[in-house]
Amino acid sequence: MKILGMDSSGLVASVAVVEDGVLLAEYTTDYKKTHSQTLLPMLDEIKRMIDLDMGTIDAIATSAGPGSFTGLRIGAATVKGLGLALNKPIVEVSTLEGLAWNLWGTDRVVCPLMDARRNQVYTAAYEFVPTDKPVGKASVAGDETTQSEKSAELSLCTLIPQEAMDVVEMIEKLNALQRPVVFLGDGVPVYEGLIKTHCKVPYLFAPAGKNRQRAASVAALGAVYYAHGQKVTAAEHQPIYLRKSQAEREAEAKA
Amino acid sequence: MNECKQTSTEDVLILAIESSCDETAAAVVKNGREVLSNVIYSQIALHTVYGGVVPEIASRKHVEKINQVIESALEQAGVTLQEISAIAVTYGPGLVGALLVGVSEAKAISFATGIPLVGVHHISGHISANYIEHQELKPPFACLVASGGHSHLVVVKDYGQYEIIGRTRDDAAGEAFDKVARAIGLGYPGGPKIDKLSKEGNPDAIAFPRAKVAESEYDFSFSGLKSAVLNYLNSCQMKGEEVNQADVAASFQKAVIDVLVEHSIHAVKEFGFDKFAIAGGVASNASLRAALQEACDREGITFYHPSPALCTDNAAMIGAAGYYEFIKGVRHGYDLNAVPNLKLDEA
Repeated sequence: MKILGMDSSGLVASVAVVEDGVLLAEYTTDYKKTHSQTLLPMLDEIKRMIDLDMGTIDAIATSAGPGSFTGLRIGAATVKGLGLALNKPIVEVSTLEGLAWNLWGTDRVVCPLMDARRNQVYTAAYEFVPTDKPVGKASVAGDETTQSEKSAELSLCTLIPQEAMDVVEMIEKLNALQRPVVFLGDGVPVYEGLIKTHCKVPYLFAPAGKNRQRAASVAALGAVYYAHGQKVTAAEHQPIYLRKSQAEREAEAKA
Repeated sequence: MNECKQTSTEDVLILAIESSCDETAAAVVKNGREVLSNVIYSQIALHTVYGGVVPEIASRKHVEKINQVIESALEQAGVTLQEISAIAVTYGPGLVGALLVGVSEAKAISFATGIPLVGVHHISGHISANYIEHQELKPPFACLVASGGHSHLVVVKDYGQYEIIGRTRDDAAGEAFDKVARAIGLGYPGGPKIDKLSKEGNPDAIAFPRAKVAESEYDFSFSGLKSAVLNYLNSCQMKGEEVNQADVAASFQKAVIDVLVEHSIHAVKEFGFDKFAIAGGVASNASLRAALQEACDREGITFYHPSPALCTDNAAMIGAAGYYEFIKGVRHGYDLNAVPNLKLDEA
């Protein structure tokens, strides 16, 4: 199973190809160039580097939001165009879940914070929970052990559902959980001061390489979703904005 | 850029995509002149409650509808992507968020299929709508482009080669229509509503100004006219006089049309053309078309205009313009970006 992953939800532009549990290629940049100029040239680069035949891709996993409205739309229109041309399904991965997947295996509560301006963040809280699952592969001749062996799989479970909210309100919800937390995302440098002031539980900040969107995580988590049949058609796919447009919010406020 | 001129006689099929404002559109055009399909998803109803186009809402709707619109265009044309020679897409001018949807989609389809990509200027598309409607029309000719965002007098030197000789100094003609329509309570979009109401009014009832721009005989200015209408409405209100909306609409429209016609005919004669075309949303205004037809007949100028459906935003016109760019060898890369202020003579 070959999954193409893409993320353009924030400043990061990232593309990756994951096949059967192996990352074949990933190209990630966090640079002030519009995704319109980076995303496809980056995909073109890895396509050439790994001799990728686009027709062999099973599905396109995309960071579906929340995030920058424009970034999400560039990503959405790109994967919709690829899906239309290749006749492949889209696997929608929450940007926040994709970020959390970067920290696969941690015992801590994972809290991605994406800056949504004016002290607001797109955020959620997750934990990794082991679930026993039989090994799916058929036994290889002469290798009797694999069939009966059990392997633990980690599931990403939601503790606080994704929402656009005040950063201090989120920190108080995390305090109520009374568990150590690890923060990540582009909201961390913006709200570091508020975290230090308000966070009462032990906390860590994820390091470079794990603290921003990675298409490898989107593709890896997308592969799990795809295996569970979670996919949409390219025509159906739309970003998850978590917020209405300003004009709609103002109209509702007046009503 | 990749040079591969189309030298054979085989048909060139362009898949065109347009999303610069509030219409999500796709079309398949054969050899630049024959429309095999022309699909438009119009968002006008969505924006009417806000009194104008809301960019964020428009952009979201484009994402929602674009694949269905493209798939319908291919299906109605009875062709598959494999038969398409090139993908043409509007990359400016327009609302950046809206443009990016079409540009990103077009690039992705081009990338996945290897079909060449050609970026098209939106106004070049409007002008090229005339090639669809009038098979015999060839450059050079003069063209008036009037729409919600543009008022240009253009010399079409060759296919895709333009020289702007006159432009608006402030409001575009369509913008003036929208603002006046709002002021007299007609709502959005203003052009068709004013055109309709004008038929019941007296165009000579109120003397609104015909603005001239000093030292620039082909330029337009409509903000003074708009202010004159607003002042007239205010003074009526202060005096407690009842406003005859139809007379205001007819007199305003006449003032706009007089200036557009005068500048256009002046340009055609000065540049020595015998052909004149109009393009853009305002070109679907029935009174403007009638006035230009009459003036052209009087001066012995052949007058070209697209049917109203091809005047407003559509993708067939982008397919026509894209065809001429494609056969010239124009190709764009996967880094093509939306250019909200793209200039017609720099495209």
